[in-house]
Amino acid sequence: MSLDIESRSSTLSDDGMPVEELVVNVGPSHPSTHGVGRVVVHLDGDVVVKADPVIGYLHRGIEKMSENRTYLQIVPLTDRLDYVGSMYANWAYCRAVERLARMRVPERAEYLRVIVCELQRIASHMMGIGASAADTGAFTAFVYAFDLRERVVELFEALCGARLTYNYVRPGGLSSDAPDGWEESVVDFVHALPRKLDELDSLFFGNAIARGRMKGIGVLSAQDAIAWGATGPTARASGVNWDLRKHDPYSVYPRMDFDVVVGERGDAYDRNRCRLLECYESARIVEQAVAQMHGGPVHAEGVPRLIQPAPGDAYDQIESARGTLGVYLVSDGSPRPYRMHVRSAAFANLALLPMLAKGHTLSDLVVVLGSLDPVFGEIDR
Amino acid sequence: MTQDEMTALIARIRTHNADLYPLFSLEFGDAVVGVAPEELSSTACDLREAGFDRLTMVTAVDRGETFELVYRLHSRSLTASIFVKTVVRRDDPHIASVYDVWPAANWQEREVFDLFGIVFDGHPDLRRILMPYDYEGHPLRRDFEHPNIIRRPDYI
Repeated sequence: MSLDIESRSSTLSDDGMPVEELVVNVGPSHPSTHGVGRVVVHLDGDVVVKADPVIGYLHRGIEKMSENRTYLQIVPLTDRLDYVGSMYANWAYCRAVERLARMRVPERAEYLRVIVCELQRIASHMMGIGASAADTGAFTAFVYAFDLRERVVELFEALCGARLTYNYVRPGGLSSDAPDGWEESVVDFVHALPRKLDELDSLFFGNAIARGRMKGIGVLSAQDAIAWGATGPTARASGVNWDLRKHDPYSVYPRMDFDVVVGERGDAYDRNRCRLLECYESARIVEQAVAQMHGGPVHAEGVPRLIQPAPGDAYDQIESARGTLGVYLVSDGSPRPYRMHVRSAAFANLALLPMLAKGHTLSDLVVVLGSLDPVFGEIDR
Repeated sequence: MTQDEMTALIARIRTHNADLYPLFSLEFGDAVVGVAPEELSSTACDLREAGFDRLTMVTAVDRGETFELVYRLHSRSLTASIFVKTVVRRDDPHIASVYDVWPAANWQEREVFDLFGIVFDGHPDLRRILMPYDYEGHPLRRDFEHPNIIRRPDYI
């Protein structure tokens, strides 16, 4: 265990008993921190008095690097933001560029973007659920979740050759059209998905030990979720019915028939279960998108290799697996952005950890952290 | 929220400040209101009361002599979003924190403090967040220099 005891301070309680507050470092290299993050935990016995996330271990300065690159050269950088859901960052960035440079995207490209992003949601949620399962001792569910994720990654590999950093969505369209037979394999996958998700559901959420470890842990109220800027499944599990795909629709989502999954209690169980139920909805969306999609170009005509938008700024956002992912771009008329800022959902959600973990035990802190589904590439940028 | 309602709201917000700060334009998309830095707190309270209950984004842009601060607000009840922009002087970068209005500002203001060196007065816990605590300098300033930052050639 990399739980190093940093310091001990001894005080006396009201009735004269010595009370020792332990300061424990969880991370930065620890399997339950879901990446290179550190949480400085102040413990009274086994109970968390204060949890202070220390982030920045994965800070590569992507916003700074973007100021020195052309608009097209930044797309691969956005892959490295949320490396569990690269398609989202690709798309959010490209939407901002398209808004800034007034580009129109062909319809087929929009459909393919929706398909890859919903597949990505399944892959990303499987990663989140799988990691939470491993944290709560349901290791079998972890293997099942990762098996499903692997299927999606294989589809992406067939689509663009990469398994993790896709560089697939480009300003004005996509890097390439789907290969022959790809749509059929996608349909096969989403047809088989609900039965596999049922299996995972009973293995993980039906597991008495896992349920006992997640129910009532890290309860987030709807009021706090809104005030603290939580988005995505983290907010929806608390009963905040807010999904950009439904309530501020973009791309071809208005043509899709799907439900927004909303929880009630806002505990770790609800957050993880929201993720699982969203995968069923994603499968529905993918099925409809493949059925509605027609042939045609996947990249807009006449997009220059050196994009030089007029001076100004633009912001656009999409619903990523973790919540609202926004990109704010400022152009000064040159081929490089003057400023690029990523509004990261995982960053805003992780800010809730001190509030949610307080009063729980150290082992529950791990469950709370897992239920927020942090990806440190996006948090640290 | 219709365009007219948004225009009326912006007009009401703007009565608070003098004509020093023109309406900044965001090329496409949401409405933008520019406010004087000393008016930020009152504007934030007004907008919170008008129904903007979510603070989505806080960031800054280095504009040379000044830093431009950008806040993006969203309201579910009005189904509207609005950008609030203000400027602070580079030689005295101080601005009131909006943490009391929207707790979501906590980490986002820490990030702007860390990377731009803008001090948010009234913030409960203004520490660096992405860079190491003992780091010197503010990397997202345009004049930040580092041996590893080499201007890339203009090839495409």
